[in-house]
Amino acid sequence: MMKLGQVKELLSTKVLYEKKGISDEFIIKNACGADLMSDVLAFSSEKTLLLTGLTNPQVIRTAEMIGIDLIIFVRGKEPLAETIKLAKDQEISLFMTDKPLFEACGLLFHYGITPEKMNYIE
Amino acid sequence: MPTKIIEKEIEKLDFQSGGEASSQLKNKLRKLGVTNAIIRKTAIVTYELEMNVVIHSEGGVIEASVSPENLEIIVSDSGPGIKDLDKAFTPGYSTASDEIRKLGFGAGMGLVNVKRYADKLNVETALGQGTVIKVIINFN
Repeated sequence: MMKLGQVKELLSTKVLYEKKGISDEFIIKNACGADLMSDVLAFSSEKTLLLTGLTNPQVIRTAEMIGIDLIIFVRGKEPLAETIKLAKDQEISLFMTDKPLFEACGLLFHYGITPEKMNYIE
Repeated sequence: MPTKIIEKEIEKLDFQSGGEASSQLKNKLRKLGVTNAIIRKTAIVTYELEMNVVIHSEGGVIEASVSPENLEIIVSDSGPGIKDLDKAFTPGYSTASDEIRKLGFGAGMGLVNVKRYADKLNVETALGQGTVIKVIINFN
């Protein structure tokens, strides 16, 4: 697991929206990386971080469905204003990094974030 | 007697509102005190079905009703119908266009995800007419 602050530093993230009350001490246990929405929905643990290269508002809807708290947009992609607005409404924190998906996921894995369980809801 | 808790029209290719019905249903179930696991299963099922209507159909309706034992979701649309049901349930199979895929849809996992979390699933489809999908999710 990692603290949000460590993740932000490791990936040199830019904050797009941070939910009120969330701090750099927030613990992230697992994460998933995907560019297809149905693949995201196949991840099933709660309280997850999603790394994705997709920036349209449907990413937020998809994240909302499975209770994702944090999204990091990779490859330096800035989302549409609409995406950020929906994230604010749903209180999902948004960050972006210049790193590509593989590298961002690899770094987080290396420093202790474990993969998400797939296809299983407890 | 089941109580209807949501009924919403879904417009073809309306990516702006697509997902709103699932979001509303999720909030209603939370207010009803349904467990998180059931809410997550329901959200995945309804969101996949809702987006299928947005992406593939001519428009449709999503309805959900609760009884003490279960939740029933009915999603009906007015065409074009599913050509090959076996293929539609094959992981990775998709008929979505490149434009739709650019939005992150068309993974070919939609109905696969629906089947995974449905306790009962019934699909009726007729080419050129439409599709009705009924899903039951048990509370226990």
